[in-house]
Amino acid sequence: MDRTLFCAAAFAAACAPAWAQEKGGNAFNPGISLILQGTAATSKEDPAAYRIDGFAPSGGEVGPAPRGFGLGESELVVSANVDPYFRGHFVVALTPENEAEVEEAYFQTLALGRGFTLKGGRFLSGIGYQNEIHQHAWDFQDAPLAYKAFLGGRLNDDGVQLRWVAPTDLFLELGAELGNGRAFPATERNRNGANAASLLAHLGGDIGTGTAWRAGLSHLRARPDGRDFDAQSFTGTSRLWIADFVLKWAPNGNATATNFKLQGEYFRRKESGSLTNDDGTVLTGDFASRQSGWYLQGAWQFMPRWRAGLRFDRLDHGTVENSPLVSEHNPSRVTVMIDWSGTEFSRLRLQLASDKSRAGVTDNQAVLQYVLSLGAHGAHRF
Amino acid sequence: MRFLMALALATLSWPALAALSIFACTPEWAALAQEIGGDRVSVTAATSALQDPHHIEARPSLIARARRADLVFCNGAELEAGWLPLVLGQSGNPAIQPGQRGYFEAASAARLIELPERVDRAMGDVHAAGNPHLHLDPRNVARVAKALATRLSALDAQGAALYAEREAAFQKRWGDASARWEREARPLQGLPLVVHHKNLSYLIAWLGMREVGALEPKPGLPPSAAHLAGLLTSLQRVPAKAVVRAAYNDPRAADWLGQQSGLPSISLPYTVGGSARATDLFGLYEDTIARLLGVAR
Repeated sequence: MDRTLFCAAAFAAACAPAWAQEKGGNAFNPGISLILQGTAATSKEDPAAYRIDGFAPSGGEVGPAPRGFGLGESELVVSANVDPYFRGHFVVALTPENEAEVEEAYFQTLALGRGFTLKGGRFLSGIGYQNEIHQHAWDFQDAPLAYKAFLGGRLNDDGVQLRWVAPTDLFLELGAELGNGRAFPATERNRNGANAASLLAHLGGDIGTGTAWRAGLSHLRARPDGRDFDAQSFTGTSRLWIADFVLKWAPNGNATATNFKLQGEYFRRKESGSLTNDDGTVLTGDFASRQSGWYLQGAWQFMPRWRAGLRFDRLDHGTVENSPLVSEHNPSRVTVMIDWSGTEFSRLRLQLASDKSRAGVTDNQAVLQYVLSLGAHGAHRF
Repeated sequence: MRFLMALALATLSWPALAALSIFACTPEWAALAQEIGGDRVSVTAATSALQDPHHIEARPSLIARARRADLVFCNGAELEAGWLPLVLGQSGNPAIQPGQRGYFEAASAARLIELPERVDRAMGDVHAAGNPHLHLDPRNVARVAKALATRLSALDAQGAALYAEREAAFQKRWGDASARWEREARPLQGLPLVVHHKNLSYLIAWLGMREVGALEPKPGLPPSAAHLAGLLTSLQRVPAKAVVRAAYNDPRAADWLGQQSGLPSISLPYTVGGSARATDLFGLYEDTIARLLGVAR
């Protein structure tokens, strides 16, 4: 006999204690946390004029930290179970320009079963590895160049996501997303249906007691219509593939004193379609591009509280046909960082970068950053 | 495609022999689940005795294991607050979500001590529900065993008689062993100790020992040079007999203080698997008491 039904029908009070919610669970208040961030930065070149030469502008906020003192985004996170069927999650970023920006506002199912989880709303896409990680949890102050060039920093579309975890010892997860295409590389198109779609697959597991890994493959397909491109706009198809991996090691799997994290991603994009000048004339010849990029980074906690990190970024201009505005430049960057975490709730970081995003120019950047989190315990995402 | 099929087949496991698949968050609760469930359950522990249970990540292998679990048996009292919600959320397994029958916290059946009067992170890593390291009081283990047997029976009615029988047998052996440990540990009464983290408080309270200092300036903060120097000075006024730490705690601070003060610095298994003798819950307690008796003389 189904004991739940039995209890619900007749003996609710007598049965409840057997699997009642543990004590200490707060009384229906959502978990609330607040992230405070700020920077003090210097750079040789003007951050406001930052661009990644050789690549179409992605429209995101991809520039380095502003010179002098700067306030980062303050993030307010509210999350709780709605009922036995749904969980709600809301992240609003308050920008230094005094604007509120909804970063995430989604529901997630709890009761679909058989390994399925459905998400809906606005959420960080599951493509790649770093895309799903909030900026305050990154190992460097800013995004890899590949994320800046191919996704405008990150992808958080409005739409739905379905994920399935396989019933295997080896972690295998498959997912699909449909989105409105509200941001690069897609555009909103005032039509019925989805304007962007992605597929993703993740594999992961442990090696011995000390090492854990995850590898993934993702594909994003979008059909932008009139995407701004300096004085031109692009209409056509954009296909992006991402291969990612992350490997974490700690002695005996105990990351408290020392640990090491290695992460890398490879992006490859194919776009084809047509370019239109702002005056309405269509450029002769079909536009087509094949571009790629990768980064590899490591973060090493060499003693309690202290970590050092090194990151290599490289973008390959590839082939771009019939686009007079894109220069033939292969951007690259080397970044080093050292950070100190008083607890898992506070982090101070010094980061230095030699950035060759612009053709013929080396920009030397230095940034001091703080990241503090208040309130509900944050998640230790892998 | 053929390769993928082969891979899928190779990694599919068939838990047909065990009626219940249990995902235990810590080794002590994995050991207890095995005591009560016997061959009727298959148990996996998410962490080892050498890992700090506060600082675990929601790594892929944990999500894969939670996906197939019938019961998540965790410590609770916020010990797993940093990683368990993510694992549960990503598992796609409705049976093990908080509030369901397949979710059970040891803390819900135990008596907790050191409940903070107010909770402020300026006080370090304090837990609102009380000190979560509750398994080093054998009376808590007995309480949790009873509640666990009830829960297993609710999940697997066909095994109810077996669980009840195994629980009764365990309670008998555990009760006898606890009485013996209390007798053997009589010389430990009043034993002054310096601890690394407040993860031995239940043991100290049960055996009537005294904590006269902690290597961590505040719970969860790593020992600092200034704090250790202060501790060394205070040990001249309030002497201790030993510096004790759990197997997963970094030994350097305890060893440094031991050398400076001339006190023995010892590692306690803390949980099942934390030493060669701590192969089950009985071995855990026996080895712990033997090691403490070694420094009490």
